[in-house]
Amino acid sequence: MSATKSITYLDALGLAQREEMERDASVIIIGEDISLYAAGGAYGNVDSKRIRSAPISENGFAGMAVGAAMTGLRPIVDLTIASFVYLASDPIINQAAKVRYMTGGQFKVPVTFRASMRHNQANAAQHSDRPYPMFMNIPGLKIVTPATPSDAKGLLKAAIRDDSPVLVFEDNDLWAVKEEVPIDPDFIVPLGKAAIRREGNDVTIVSVAGCLKPSLDAAAALAKDGINAEVVDLRTLVPMDTDAILNSLGKTGRIVIADYAHRTCGAAAEIAAIVAEEGFDLLKKAVRRVTTPDVQIPFSPPLEAPLYPSSATIAAAARSLM
Amino acid sequence: MLKNEIDGEAYRRMLNIRGFEQAITRLIKEGEVAGACHSSIGQEAAIVGACMALRNDDYMSGTHRSHGHPIGKGAELKPLMAEILGKATGVCKGRGGSMHLTDAKVGSIGESAIVGGGIPLATGAALSAQVRGTDQVALSFFGDGAVNEGAFHESLNMAAIWKLPVIFFCENNGYAAVTSAVSTHGQPVIARRADGYGMPGITVDGQNFDAVYAATKEAVARARRGDGPTLIEAKTYRFDEHCVGLFINGNYRPKEEIERFKKEGDPIVLFKAALLARGYTESDLAEIEAQAKRAVSDAVAFAKDSPFPEPKEAFDFVYGSPITSTSQRAAR
Repeated sequence: MSATKSITYLDALGLAQREEMERDASVIIIGEDISLYAAGGAYGNVDSKRIRSAPISENGFAGMAVGAAMTGLRPIVDLTIASFVYLASDPIINQAAKVRYMTGGQFKVPVTFRASMRHNQANAAQHSDRPYPMFMNIPGLKIVTPATPSDAKGLLKAAIRDDSPVLVFEDNDLWAVKEEVPIDPDFIVPLGKAAIRREGNDVTIVSVAGCLKPSLDAAAALAKDGINAEVVDLRTLVPMDTDAILNSLGKTGRIVIADYAHRTCGAAAEIAAIVAEEGFDLLKKAVRRVTTPDVQIPFSPPLEAPLYPSSATIAAAARSLM
Repeated sequence: MLKNEIDGEAYRRMLNIRGFEQAITRLIKEGEVAGACHSSIGQEAAIVGACMALRNDDYMSGTHRSHGHPIGKGAELKPLMAEILGKATGVCKGRGGSMHLTDAKVGSIGESAIVGGGIPLATGAALSAQVRGTDQVALSFFGDGAVNEGAFHESLNMAAIWKLPVIFFCENNGYAAVTSAVSTHGQPVIARRADGYGMPGITVDGQNFDAVYAATKEAVARARRGDGPTLIEAKTYRFDEHCVGLFINGNYRPKEEIERFKKEGDPIVLFKAALLARGYTESDLAEIEAQAKRAVSDAVAFAKDSPFPEPKEAFDFVYGSPITSTSQRAAR
């Protein structure tokens, strides 16, 4: 094992950014309130030209990042809260995702868009979005959803080094979670590879983004009842590691998909469709999705909390298949 | 031979644009062109005047009405025409077509069919040049409609605060599709919007090559010096409909206005007169006219003779670092 250091999910993201900015002079960062962190050395000892604290102009600076990516830079766009991604969605969808294709491969667009998602934090409907399913519908974008500090570092670094536009959707409520994270500056978590977080033979729980913890808690609860759940952390939504899902299903024959995002046309819906098309013969029971129902996220905590998947609802879904 | 290289090359490029657009209009009638085409006829002096002030390695972004921009910057006609016909030899290998006639070889970074979409891209290319420490500049072409997009406002503001080497070049042809600029602009003098961002703004006669060239050259020099962006408004006129072959039921622009511009404001007629007044002879110009005519007919022949792409090639260029998704596997 290579050397590690105990750091938080948030520090792992910062470390990934700093390492990549120090490694490659073409990496720049652009976003709101960046200067505050730059003063603290968050981006390392780099030319201040590469650190752009932008006005509140998400559409403009996201589009500029695309133009910069087409002309030799590797911009990281910090969009902060995921609900703000909508303001930048035109350049992400109409430019970043399409430029390479529309120009017959004349350009690559190595740009990374970062956005953090909140849940159960009383932020109400405009600060609680999980927009990744919408972007899964756009050919040309890659999408990662790290659920651990090591993945936060390794996936963000892989995103920055990738020659396609990559959206990094981070779970804000994991920011304070600590674990041993590899300190090797070339530690990368490859895009498109799921992780088996727990092995089991009875039921597969596919976890999307921050649903990993409740999925593992559900598996622990199920184990007490003699049910061995396998937990697959997808890590990357595009490209999706469908082999990992189908291989696990081959072992268990039962599958639950857990995702904090809304239900309709969500990541869980796509996984369910893939399972139905490519894994139908492996299924002993129908596919179960545990998602947030199609309701705006309310402010009041007693209204908000029950809407999300929990270890209890994930475990209940798994039990219903036994 | 012309004494001044700029004059001769400008005349050639303007004729190339005119001939290219006329050929496309014929090809549309012959049923050879799929999809919509937006003609630049009438706007050649604005386009070429701006492009001639740029170096080959300077960047340029365009619009849905962008056949003229790569030609203005010196692109080869054959791959452009082949792209219009959707051929494998097209500059974008048949992936872009009329509204995305991008030729990276001449610094084009894309033509956006999203109005205003190219403005942040060019601003970002200017940021890139500044960060990399080159002396390249970027020029963004857009129309009078685009200045009402948020992308225009956000880009001009950021270009000004960071003194980015970018020229915002508005081809104000008076109409956003079929809606008059007069009815959509609180401040009808587009160049005056520059005041709001703390950059120079200038209005020029877009039918006059020399005026456009001089104004753009000054803006380019300013950008290259590190003094930041300029907004140029070139007052021009589109001779054809918004879209070639589009039937507009209604008089959104007066017939007399169209006729007046065609009679008195044809940029090629005006430039030819200026060249003759400058001492060039009819035979000097006839040689260039013949070459332009041949270049266009060669491009049409090349495009017609070229093969279409293979359907399976639709899956190329989706990602910079390739992947195959489940849905792509299913489709194959």
